[in-house]
Amino acid sequence: MTFDEIAKVLQEKFEGSVPTTDRAGDPFITVPAAKIAEILAFCRDDAMLAFDCLSNLTGVDAPPDDLDVVYHLFSYPKRHSLTLKVRVPKANARVPTVEGVYPTANWQEREAFDLVGVIFDGHSDLRRIMLPDDWVGYPLRKDYKEQEDYHGMATTRPSLLNS
Amino acid sequence: MFPTLKGQLPDNIVTTKVDDVLNWARASSVWYLLFGLACCGIELMQTGGPRSDLDRFGAVFRATPRQSDLMIVAGTLTYKMALRTKILYEQMPEPKYVISMGSCANCGGLFQLAYSVVKGVDKIIPVDVYVPGCPPRPEALTQGLLKIQEKMMKEKFARRAS
Repeated sequence: MTFDEIAKVLQEKFEGSVPTTDRAGDPFITVPAAKIAEILAFCRDDAMLAFDCLSNLTGVDAPPDDLDVVYHLFSYPKRHSLTLKVRVPKANARVPTVEGVYPTANWQEREAFDLVGVIFDGHSDLRRIMLPDDWVGYPLRKDYKEQEDYHGMATTRPSLLNS
Repeated sequence: MFPTLKGQLPDNIVTTKVDDVLNWARASSVWYLLFGLACCGIELMQTGGPRSDLDRFGAVFRATPRQSDLMIVAGTLTYKMALRTKILYEQMPEPKYVISMGSCANCGGLFQLAYSVVKGVDKIIPVDVYVPGCPPRPEALTQGLLKIQEKMMKEKFARRAS
């Protein structure tokens, strides 16, 4: 199926789905955060869509006040792909987990939580996956400020060239 | 002052200083920790391999810090790994030495603007020899080992023990 056909199916089925095609890069569909698990379950189970693979789940900072969570789906039987986006405010960045739909989302949601700070409600094990557990802040946010030191290690090294 | 021993001992006995014997023994069997952190680790393996052959200087790798004399920090050190690196260093018996191998271990290198990378391994453990390069060639690392051996030959254990 083409993107337009997929978008039409989703728009008819789920209110609030907004396709975007005029940007550079892949077209995507923005969907309401609260319904994301339901929508992904539909995409996976529908015979025409048959998205059996969540190939990527990631978080993106959308300045000034929002965060995006991006879902890249791929269908091995139908050989088509789809990008879904969810937009949540930074102040309350909570998205329902899709771990129940795609088990592979477990680690990918942990990564998005670790680096961008999206909180996935209902996730079975929402811990940092790459950074140390006692890390402060979410480094891939645009407004991230690096700490002065970590366990007594200074995070800067003065340049010999400037002295 | 000191009676000369020349001519008083059989030919198969040589005289030397205690420090020199200890240092010579230590410098001739530098066991380094098997510790590759990133791409420099590949070059470290190459240096230990048959072509550049660190074995000919008595240096072989050990898979445990408790049997190692030398830690070669080979690669990018993240903050998460830094805490573990410190533990490994503390587990090594004295006397112990550290080679910082490559730009990343020296100062953070290419990744020094990254939030997760330590800006030089000397932020957490003392370093004896810095080997520049990205990564250093096996010849450079071998030179670093020879520098460590030179340093070892200057140690004064007998005096320190008294």
